[in-house]
Amino acid sequence: MTGLHGSVVTQSAIIRVCHYNIPINIRSAVPAAHAHITLHHLEARLLDNAQEQFTSGGASGATSQTSDVDRSGTPRFSPQDRQARREQYAEELRQLLDDSAILSTDEQLIPYESDGLTAMRATPLLVVLPETTEQVQAILRWARSRQVPVVARGAGTGLSGGALPHEDGIILGLAKFNQILSLDAEHGVARVQPGVRNLAISDAARPHNLYYAPDPSSQIACSIGGNVAENSGGVHCLKYGLTVHNILEVKVVTIDGDLVTIGSAALDSAGYDLLALLTGSEGMLAVTVEITVKLLPVPEVARLIMAAFDTVEEAGEAVGAVIAEGVIPAGLELMDGPAIEAAEAFAQCGYPTNVAALLLCELDGMEAEVDAQIQQVTRVFERCGAASQHIATSEAERLQLWKGRKSAFPAVGRLSPDYYCIDGTIPRRHLPTVLRRMDTLSDEYGLRIANVFHAGDGNLHPLILFDANIPGELERTEELGSRILQLCVEVGGTVTGEHGVGMEKINEMCVQFDPATLTQFHAVKAAFDPQGLLNPGKAVPTLQRCAEFGAMHVHKGQLPHPNLERF
Amino acid sequence: MDTDDFIKDCQAQVTSAAQHKETLCIVGNNTKAFLAPPSAAQTLSLSAYAGIVSYEPTELVVTAKAGTTIAALTQALSEQGQMMPFEPPTFAEQDTLGGVIACGLSGPRRPYTGSARDFVLGTSVINGQGEHLRFGGEVMKNVAGYDVSRLQTGARGTLGVILDISMKVLPRPETETTLVFEQETPNDLAPQIKLARQPLPVSASVVIDKQRFVRLSGSQASVDASVQRLGGQVLHDDAAFWQSIKNLTHPFFAASDGDANSLWRISIADYAPALPLVGQWCLDWGGAQRWLITDEAPTAVFAACAAAGASATCYRHSDPAAQRYQPLDDTLLSLNRAVRQSFDPHGVFNPDHFHTETRA
Repeated sequence: MTGLHGSVVTQSAIIRVCHYNIPINIRSAVPAAHAHITLHHLEARLLDNAQEQFTSGGASGATSQTSDVDRSGTPRFSPQDRQARREQYAEELRQLLDDSAILSTDEQLIPYESDGLTAMRATPLLVVLPETTEQVQAILRWARSRQVPVVARGAGTGLSGGALPHEDGIILGLAKFNQILSLDAEHGVARVQPGVRNLAISDAARPHNLYYAPDPSSQIACSIGGNVAENSGGVHCLKYGLTVHNILEVKVVTIDGDLVTIGSAALDSAGYDLLALLTGSEGMLAVTVEITVKLLPVPEVARLIMAAFDTVEEAGEAVGAVIAEGVIPAGLELMDGPAIEAAEAFAQCGYPTNVAALLLCELDGMEAEVDAQIQQVTRVFERCGAASQHIATSEAERLQLWKGRKSAFPAVGRLSPDYYCIDGTIPRRHLPTVLRRMDTLSDEYGLRIANVFHAGDGNLHPLILFDANIPGELERTEELGSRILQLCVEVGGTVTGEHGVGMEKINEMCVQFDPATLTQFHAVKAAFDPQGLLNPGKAVPTLQRCAEFGAMHVHKGQLPHPNLERF
Repeated sequence: MDTDDFIKDCQAQVTSAAQHKETLCIVGNNTKAFLAPPSAAQTLSLSAYAGIVSYEPTELVVTAKAGTTIAALTQALSEQGQMMPFEPPTFAEQDTLGGVIACGLSGPRRPYTGSARDFVLGTSVINGQGEHLRFGGEVMKNVAGYDVSRLQTGARGTLGVILDISMKVLPRPETETTLVFEQETPNDLAPQIKLARQPLPVSASVVIDKQRFVRLSGSQASVDASVQRLGGQVLHDDAAFWQSIKNLTHPFFAASDGDANSLWRISIADYAPALPLVGQWCLDWGGAQRWLITDEAPTAVFAACAAAGASATCYRHSDPAAQRYQPLDDTLLSLNRAVRQSFDPHGVFNPDHFHTETRA
């Protein structure tokens, strides 16, 4: 079985999603006509990993509910049994929550079948929507005593299936935790609930000339709780860091129902740095109910240079040259020819067409410094052979040029009925090699690839263009995606820069990590959640799964036993 | 001994200790021994495991072995106009990268550019079962697997033997200037707080001996503009001053040597009011890291910190057996214990370091 490597978009799917009133992440929707094919693959994938973990992890605490696990991918309970459990659980949860906070009918559950990776779907037994921390504690205590899997969910914009429901479990929706509890402008901190949207924090801080730095492209919709779970970045993270660098404290509820404060208003706290461990842990260790974020002063000025190059290699070298010059841009983005054309056609933002690569370089800070850096960077680009350069002359033009980049995904979607977005990171010096090998792979699979690249930090988003209506093309796309991710690992990179492993990249984790390291990850999980009830089956594959996937762990391009012939 | 042999040797030491229920004290060049009580455990030394493994200046990433000295690494980075942005403190010439990372030490630049853990990207580690594991990597954006590399930072070697460390590095600022202001009330935080909320290129801010020192780092243009805006006296030879703050060699710290006084590091919100503890104070990190020289009992220091949401670590005490770490509350303690035991189920590593009650 091959992997599914990202979000898939079709027009029909968006319509379908709208119909159910789901907050839409435009970047991802399911190819409706082929949903059943995908579902077949993914259900199997989910159930394999989840049930192995659910049973092996919870050996001591497992009850009869987990004893009859079927690893073939078929649902564990019969439809009648599922319905009986649903009713029984709902009845028990009514002791803890208002009736209106428990969703159990098909119409209520359908919107929760997937997150932003809508190609993977599963129906939970129930969705619960608590409003207070005490309710979250009570729900988790209940889940622990009943051995029910719990999948926490924020806005559901994640792109790796991290909030994909467990068929035998409940979704713990945190949408009602939507309050900014305090915003202390004098001290540059805000206390927020996990369901608050990322952009809402900056909006609230803006009157004080402050903002929250991480800006994932889904920031209009994504929630801060989800950002913590995924350690989200954004286009400005080269200079301003990821979520882990911009939060001070989280309050979490453990599977035992304990409320624990991790971190503090200080810059470090006693004990292990559990704040770092929890950030990016994909809902596997605890459920976040409150976050204290840092707010930064808005830079005096931000200016944008757009530079066009005749080859992607030249543009890649120009990125290195800027950094060698001692300049750390606030954002540094690269697009290749197909991505530029698509973005320009979509957003009419003023990009030159007929160029092989475009760099967007944003500089921010004090006016005097930014002026000097603009001069410095334009000189570097010229030296590196830029075909043309343009400095945005107004704030409106700067935003317009960014708009093209930020809409690159839906724009590429217009070139092709469907696309997959891949999320690998590579050491930047390997960009030419990786692009060349991707070209070869593209020819081999007969599928076009467009590239957008967070060039400053090496995070590559190849978009594979395909048509799900052509039989077999989806499967070929999945396989191509998996090969690209394995290529990223081979050159010393990673299978996910910012979208998370979730369920979609679970197989490729076997390539990046050896069995001993994966076993250590499971031990870390067990330290928080010995029964494996929080988001079971995600983020870390079982060793059995890796054996079945058959991939070899590759460290820095060194295959184990390189002297052996391979066919 | 080549790298592979060295690692195998370490693994064998750990496996044997685990089998025989023995303990190992992990050391580099043993320059930070004063931070922990004396230990009877056998030594596992990384002193010989030194050298830069890879360094790509344009990638802003360096990977080095744990025994590499901070001095050697600083030199190599400096030749390329780069630096470790967390400004690692060093207490002797031979301080190692492994020691700095294991202790999670960061210097005056920390509140403005980030801490040691913020810049760690990847580690290779031997866990308590003698397994050689690799976490994170050499790229800045990487969310595959739990962030064990940052967890190792500051864990004082209780979660494994750190072998290799990959870090993000940054260009050295074009120029730096330090301004001095008189400050009669050492604990008045208002000027520091006001400073922190402005978009100025501040890279250090400390109050010591009734003076406030503010360092500005960046392009000549931005530093000049900031100096204009802030006023104050320019401090000449400021590099030596910041070295003395970072490495605790400023005369202020001498008062804690060898008498009844102890030296405490208190991590606290930069805006938190003065703690009710009697002694001499130095406010680094814009008020977020406060040094206290006092004859108050450890229990009194811990109690005052707990009440203020702060945490204290003892750096020097005349009684080597004095409690050194801020006690953890029950739920946090049990999580810390579970995490430690997931890496070191036989309680092999650094039995006398960190929160000893978390050991298996």
